[in-house]
Amino acid sequence: MTEPLLAGRGLHKAFGPTEALRGADVAVRAGEVLAVMGPSGSGKSTLLHCLAGIVRPDSGSISYQGRDLAAMSDGERSALRRTDFGFVFQFGQLVPELTCLENVALPLRLGGAKRKPAEARAQRWLERLEVGDLGARRPGDVSGGQGQRVAVARALVADPKVIFADEPTGALDSLNGEKVMRLLTEAARGSGAAVVLVTHEPRVAAHSDREIVVRDGRVNDLELAA
Amino acid sequence: MSVSRTLLALLEPGPRHGYDLKRAYDEQFAQGKQLAYGQVYSTLSRLLRNGLVEEAGVEHGAGPDRKRYTITDAGVTDIETWLGTAESPEPYLQNTLYTKVVLALLSGRSAQDVLDTQRSAHLAVMRDLTRRKADGDLADQLICDHALFHLEADLRWLELTAARLDALAEVVRS
Repeated sequence: MTEPLLAGRGLHKAFGPTEALRGADVAVRAGEVLAVMGPSGSGKSTLLHCLAGIVRPDSGSISYQGRDLAAMSDGERSALRRTDFGFVFQFGQLVPELTCLENVALPLRLGGAKRKPAEARAQRWLERLEVGDLGARRPGDVSGGQGQRVAVARALVADPKVIFADEPTGALDSLNGEKVMRLLTEAARGSGAAVVLVTHEPRVAAHSDREIVVRDGRVNDLELAA
Repeated sequence: MSVSRTLLALLEPGPRHGYDLKRAYDEQFAQGKQLAYGQVYSTLSRLLRNGLVEEAGVEHGAGPDRKRYTITDAGVTDIETWLGTAESPEPYLQNTLYTKVVLALLSGRSAQDVLDTQRSAHLAVMRDLTRRKADGDLADQLICDHALFHLEADLRWLELTAARLDALAEVVRS
């Protein structure tokens, strides 16, 4: 098997006395949609945060394109998150003071792009996510489903290699959740990005290519052993 | 699903011959399992015998003559009653999966493996349905959603059971 795009091996992470991860092995292949399932409190989100370089594991290794994430400095990991990773969370990830268009353009602006080309590109992504007419509005003035589509556009605007989505439809009704998942996976597959999708909802996981299950902080991804 | 009642209801808008009825059924409801001609004609004879349809002349065309059938008043009443009656919600109180989990626990095998195998199989079907929905029209979407919600209910039970395996093991082994 070719080396996965992103792999965590033997990951352990404790918060005080609570062991969130107790030996997690997981591999993400380029372009795949991987569902991370498991009961509440099983360590799904901690695993996502470790893989994304947001949280540093206590032990174990994370390699991204062959580079050891745990060995990078905070600055290097921040740069990687900006250039190679995109994020969609359940709540509140949009900056309320910025318009939807400015929110989507933000990753490009932080990467040094000029305003006009960044916003032109952001507008194209808003249109792809079927919210092209919401650019001038602020996040507080759009519905939950629309806000999540803006968030998906922002996650994809900088051509990331991996999208990390943590319960992206958790706050939406069935119909809106369905639409967000369809648009997210279609857009990611269209641009070749992998998606690490944390969810406890089987219907959301059904949009993935395969699933792993975290139980009591442990997961043994068979793909990694193959 | 009652093929007999569905064919009967398809006759309500107006008389049809057997071939036409089969085509109407296949277009709306077949979902990849088309009706056999034999079943259409045996169903029509039964409906005829029970007074729910009657013959409405013969259609002469290029091919063989074809009998047309029409719904009777008794047939309309039957459909009205059927549509007005709730389908019995299935409680699934004693299903195969529960039996497998208990037998695994009793025999010292891994009940978790039983549940994991089933979860993978369920999710594989859910993936197929999700893909079919993406390519389908509204009718496809609604039919797939019905199946998806049912499979999801099974998966929720699998997760709940997985969380209770230790307790269940104590009960079944005591």
